[in-house]
Amino acid sequence: MQLTLEFGGGLELLCNSVKVHNVTVDPQDGEEKLTMKKLLSWVRTNLIKERPEMFMKGDSVRPGVLVLVNDCDWELSGQLDTILEEKDVIVFISTLHGG
Amino acid sequence: MDSAGEDAARILREIESLKDTKTDIERKISALEAQLREIYSKDDTFSNGSLPSISSNSDSGLAHGLSPDMIYRYSRHLLLPSFGVQGQSSLLKSSILVIGAGGLGSPALLYLAACGVGRIGIVDHDVVELNNLHRQIIHTEAYIGQSKVESAAAACRSINSTIEIVEHKEAFRTSNALEILSKYDIVIDATDNVPSRYMINDCCIVLGKPLVSGAALGLEGQLTVYNYNGGPCYRCLFPTPPPTTACQRCSDSGVLGVVPGIIGCLQALEAIKIASAVGEPLSGRMLLFDALSARIRIVKLRGRSSQCEVCGENAAFTGKQFRDFDYEKFTQSPLSTSPLKLNLLPTDSRISSKEYNERLVNGEAHILVDVRPAHHFKIVSLPNSINIPLSSLEARLPEISSALNEEECKGKDSGSSAHLYVICRRGNDSQRAVQYLHKMGFTSARDIMGGLESWSHDVDPSFPTY
Repeated sequence: MQLTLEFGGGLELLCNSVKVHNVTVDPQDGEEKLTMKKLLSWVRTNLIKERPEMFMKGDSVRPGVLVLVNDCDWELSGQLDTILEEKDVIVFISTLHGG
Repeated sequence: MDSAGEDAARILREIESLKDTKTDIERKISALEAQLREIYSKDDTFSNGSLPSISSNSDSGLAHGLSPDMIYRYSRHLLLPSFGVQGQSSLLKSSILVIGAGGLGSPALLYLAACGVGRIGIVDHDVVELNNLHRQIIHTEAYIGQSKVESAAAACRSINSTIEIVEHKEAFRTSNALEILSKYDIVIDATDNVPSRYMINDCCIVLGKPLVSGAALGLEGQLTVYNYNGGPCYRCLFPTPPPTTACQRCSDSGVLGVVPGIIGCLQALEAIKIASAVGEPLSGRMLLFDALSARIRIVKLRGRSSQCEVCGENAAFTGKQFRDFDYEKFTQSPLSTSPLKLNLLPTDSRISSKEYNERLVNGEAHILVDVRPAHHFKIVSLPNSINIPLSSLEARLPEISSALNEEECKGKDSGSSAHLYVICRRGNDSQRAVQYLHKMGFTSARDIMGGLESWSHDVDPSFPTY
């Protein structure tokens, strides 16, 4: 399925400074649906070029990263269990502290 | 002369008589105000809001309490049907604390002062520096070296002398936070570091104040309102602090001046909306601003978390706990923005900038590797230094080997081997590089302590710092 993945707040530096990635990711291992959990491991393998610990901790994102599925906090859609659909837009954004 | 004397006496008598009448009227007003307060305090419909200000009515005799000068000054606000007299009166009665008079605080303060917020508090303990001025637009060259709070307060007063500006020339810490913050209705977080953000959030929870939080770095900005209208607090969103390596600072990563300017303006806007009870404040939502692609995205956030350690259902975060909480330990980052000073190497693997200069003057065979990123190297660099950024050091080791060989060939007669020195901006990355070089067999590698900053400070004052 086609997804748009966006990285911001400095996370794009982990993917060759590219902010927007139009990708095709399909469910694997005979699974019907693609969950955020699977997408995260796909991102880690396919998009993150350096310092993966700056993106992930365990099987989720590291503290300080906000995940948005179609402009909604993923806490509202089930976090790692969020089921993704065709043309979803997923944003990973690191919180900023500067001023 | 006689008639002039009579005139004066008559005028004086008239003044006395008017003064008596005035006193009488003022007494009657006070009595009526007291009666009115009595009625309001018994009536439920007024119990959830503040009492309408009555005393200021005497200024103009108009029911809304705005003086003729105020009506003229704020006329464009009063002309807004959705803001009007009600919004402006509320603003004039409100108090807002701005923590940080930097890139975010500068525009926020200018707008808050201009728009007539009754009392504005400014907290900061820094002084104005030349490299602040590109974004901290409230300060001017004349204030370089002086307190940011004094500078910002003077600017606010010169825009609007009719409001109260309170100067808090101190660092915001758990020891003074509750006392300062309790005197204000709304708080603007315009700070630049992680522990301050947690501390300000928690203090707002303890005291039940809405928090307008903004941040900016590089070419991006973020904005939201915490602890307001059932929305989440900072800890609901970020219960665990980020790793210190993920916390970039403007002084390291840079920031386009106008970006915090935009976010700071939006912070003023949100604070004005809350203070005047107009519109929908950005609670439970976050604004993400990407300057480079000219995009603003507003996303929906989770609600208040019942599990939150400070504002959740079972949380009992008190003022005492707040005062005892160690925010630097919690976030592993310092509250002050002083640059990190690593000490990774034994002293015999380090050399001062002065010592390096002596060796340079003596013509010692050596190479100097500058491990700063390429765009730093373009700003300024030492002659004869080779730029190999720390991030590409691993891949470019052969360049170091061949440069050392070349240098040794040049100095063959002396029979000594060439030395390897590593430099960076402040002396942290150079230590990381030397650690790695030692591991890879370049055992003679040494770092120049304090980097180019110390070179500028101790050897060549004309060498630019940034």
